[in-house]
Amino acid sequence: MKFAVITFPGSNCDQDIFQVTNSVYNIETDMLWHNTKQDLSKYDCIFLPGGFSYGDYLRSGAIARFAPMMGEVVNYAEAGGLVVGICNGFQILLEAGLLAGAMKVNNSLKFICKTVELEIVNAETPFTNQTKKAEILRIPVAHQEGNYFIDKKGLAELKKNNQIVLRYKDEIENPNGSIDNIAGITNKAGNVFGLMPHPERAAEEILGNVDGKKIFDSIINFLQSRGGKIGA
Amino acid sequence: MAHNQETVWEKEGLTAEEYQMIVARLGRKPNYTELGMFGVMWSEHCSYKNSKLILKKFPTEGKRVLQGPGENAGIIDIGDNQAISFKIESHNHPSAIEPYQGAATGVGGIIRDIFTMGARPIASLNSLRFGNLNNNHVKYLFKEVVAGIAGYGNSIGIPTVGGEVNFAAAYQGNPLVNAMSVGLMEHDDIATGTASGKGNPVMVVGAATGRDGIQGASFASDELTDESAEDRPAVQVGDPFMEKLLLEASLELIKSGVLVGIQDMGAAGLISSSSEMAGRGGAGIEMEMSKVPCREEGMTPYEMLLSESQERMLVVPRKGKEKLVEKIFAKYGLHAAVIGKVTADGMIRVLHDGEIIAEVPAKALADDAPVYQRDSSRPAYLTEIEKLDINKLIEANPAAKNYNQVLLKLLASANIASKKWVYEQYDQQVQNNTLVLPGSDAAVLRIKGKNKGLALTTDCNGRYCYLNPKVGGRIAVAEAARNIVCSGGEPLAITDGLNFGNPMDPEVFWQFEEAAQGISEACLELETPVTGGNVSFYNESPDGAIYPTPIIGMVGLIRDLQDVTTHDFKDAGDQIILLGETKEELGGTEYLKEILGEEKGSIPEINLKYEKRVQQTCLTAIRKGFVKSAHDCSEGGLAVALAESTFRKELGIKINLPDSDISKVAELFGETQSRIIITTEKENLDNIQNIACKNEIAMTVLGTVIPEKLFIIDGLIKLDLEEMKKQWQNAIPAEMES
Repeated sequence: MKFAVITFPGSNCDQDIFQVTNSVYNIETDMLWHNTKQDLSKYDCIFLPGGFSYGDYLRSGAIARFAPMMGEVVNYAEAGGLVVGICNGFQILLEAGLLAGAMKVNNSLKFICKTVELEIVNAETPFTNQTKKAEILRIPVAHQEGNYFIDKKGLAELKKNNQIVLRYKDEIENPNGSIDNIAGITNKAGNVFGLMPHPERAAEEILGNVDGKKIFDSIINFLQSRGGKIGA
Repeated sequence: MAHNQETVWEKEGLTAEEYQMIVARLGRKPNYTELGMFGVMWSEHCSYKNSKLILKKFPTEGKRVLQGPGENAGIIDIGDNQAISFKIESHNHPSAIEPYQGAATGVGGIIRDIFTMGARPIASLNSLRFGNLNNNHVKYLFKEVVAGIAGYGNSIGIPTVGGEVNFAAAYQGNPLVNAMSVGLMEHDDIATGTASGKGNPVMVVGAATGRDGIQGASFASDELTDESAEDRPAVQVGDPFMEKLLLEASLELIKSGVLVGIQDMGAAGLISSSSEMAGRGGAGIEMEMSKVPCREEGMTPYEMLLSESQERMLVVPRKGKEKLVEKIFAKYGLHAAVIGKVTADGMIRVLHDGEIIAEVPAKALADDAPVYQRDSSRPAYLTEIEKLDINKLIEANPAAKNYNQVLLKLLASANIASKKWVYEQYDQQVQNNTLVLPGSDAAVLRIKGKNKGLALTTDCNGRYCYLNPKVGGRIAVAEAARNIVCSGGEPLAITDGLNFGNPMDPEVFWQFEEAAQGISEACLELETPVTGGNVSFYNESPDGAIYPTPIIGMVGLIRDLQDVTTHDFKDAGDQIILLGETKEELGGTEYLKEILGEEKGSIPEINLKYEKRVQQTCLTAIRKGFVKSAHDCSEGGLAVALAESTFRKELGIKINLPDSDISKVAELFGETQSRIIITTEKENLDNIQNIACKNEIAMTVLGTVIPEKLFIIDGLIKLDLEEMKKQWQNAIPAEMES
């Protein structure tokens, strides 16, 4: 099994994902720089990390989607490969059109960093198969633009296809005002996952919270049961 | 020259005597550019001319100190070939004028100081002071400063893990923004700001140079006036994205091993970095200004030399390695331009299109600034404030003994209330090392791959320092150390952010001398040397000087992660113990300020030897595994410290205060030093008693943690925990969002 993390200039959670996949799970993980072009098909899962790619100037993720490596990520996703975008990575996936919807600034207009309660909406995905529907996970968020939005038609579509994977437990737990308390979604095919919370920050006993491991466990379980990558 | 001679040096912030010294040093009159160079380099901000004689008295040596004051930041050894570089720095005046950018660039500047030393920054802290929060301008400053710290720190991916915020009228016109950065490194990667080796290239790397922040250092060395807003161009603008790239590129460059020296271009930009690097290396530097990458057209050499554009470094690699430097920086899309070379003649020689426009000995700029022993005299106000009869005041005020209401009011006061509104805006966790988040006595980080950690804190009570600067200075160090110990760490060393008024005022200078003396005494006793820091004078507004505020940033080592301890009570049935003893000490307390409206009186005393024994007792008990929670007893006294410990798990307490001669008010709200509240399981009481006995300190069993959400102290206080927590949690959000 082999993972890759794409590092953009301004990414700052790339090493944290590496720490979890490499040190906690012992999975060979390559760090790939944004401006190279390379075939990604040898990887089993690609991570787009949190941070402030290209300073998040203009709009978060708006510049990163033009990075040469993003063309490769799109190809990889279209071939069915697993792609996980966390926080800024989620924003980039939206800008790149791999996921539906858009991100607005938090209702509070402020950056917010705290642990929130998340409800598993769909436990039948490659990213949540080690959880149960309606299970509550406690995972930290840290963002200023996490107010997910999609129009009515789009929302109905997400619901119809079971693309909503994670919700903030309720309005009180929702840190940003996202529509329908959405915290994480997949694409229609179910192989691209974007989420605002940081599971990589809740994956070690010493840090006091291992709820995030269930996401990584799910990915690994999915890949093992498939005997490798899907699609390509 | 057509100019009036007087205005020429005054414009550069120099005195007539200093101008004459420059003429004597050069053997001729300086030209316009040279005078500008002296103006910034001889400013207090760069030269420490008014503080140097006092700073020399700090204890700066210790077995763990690898780099003391004089470099970009201090470095201490933490074993396993690892070291910590850390420093605190002020950005007060820029933050008063343009709070978002002022605070943001304060964070950016101190982070650069740390990675310049070869360390990867792993944590930021900040210590903030504002006027009273019921004022709209103060709210604006507070909101923007916090947003600026968040905006910069979050983007660059360094967690902001701790610090403090305090409010007092004395900071109304002149807020304090002190930022601290902590970095981790291997011993072999230590870099220094030295230029040496004739013929080695001198390169500017990072962002392009613009006109922002020209004369910022001189601006910082003057008082704020109603016209200061016009100095807004002297405030720099930060770009955390650029700094993140600069950080990664610089660390890669240092790792490559081709560097002779590297220095941040902070205050006074190119001129200070070049003259300081040449000064340290006993060399000279020759620079061609037309080679400096600029982002504006038509900049004069004077502007390029003095610009404080952010996110730039001056580096000296070994000759022939220029291409490698360019390659590393090009990867991150950054400039790396050779602008000159190291020479052997000790001169800073500035050329523009081949023509010499300034030629000054590096040492004259960096090392030969005059050093002043300023006049000092004990402030007149002290005699007045000592007269306060606290008992009379209490007797005259019926509300002063309504203990339930007093406690609720203290919990809702801005200085004691929860600072969650602040720290939730900071990314506290990025890099995945933060074991104890903001809100406990000290922040705790693990060191990846090792079973050890760091405890980090900042501390200073400005009111104490105003009422008694020497004792206030001692307490600042002692309390910082107590915070470290309560978290399970051993205090190692400090950095100090010394914020004072105008040093030409003998009463201000006296405060400075006294506070420094107190800090020195405490550092010696607690074995925490000073490894660096920053002096910020001229913190005055038309209403007068700020409270003297020497902020102590301290680093402690947690040798085994099992020792990590937090302040919150853990389980019902645990025994609550007070280490140390309570005295009749109400002067200068939060109680006195919030309940009786006075910021006067004699502040608590401190016996440093006793303090050390209390800390040793606590740390020994923690290391032996007897302690389930530990909390420093400070602002608001015993009652507030107990309350703060109940909130997280919402476990109540039942306390029986021992018989004593002191008043109930002092017992509950007095701020006697050298006290720590710990909890333990019943069977460990004797073990802790033995440790306390060995250290010859008092220990009292106060009561028990109870499952009910009730807060009971004798017949004095009985409150519903949820009501208390609500007051404490909602106070600042309610004020800020109203």
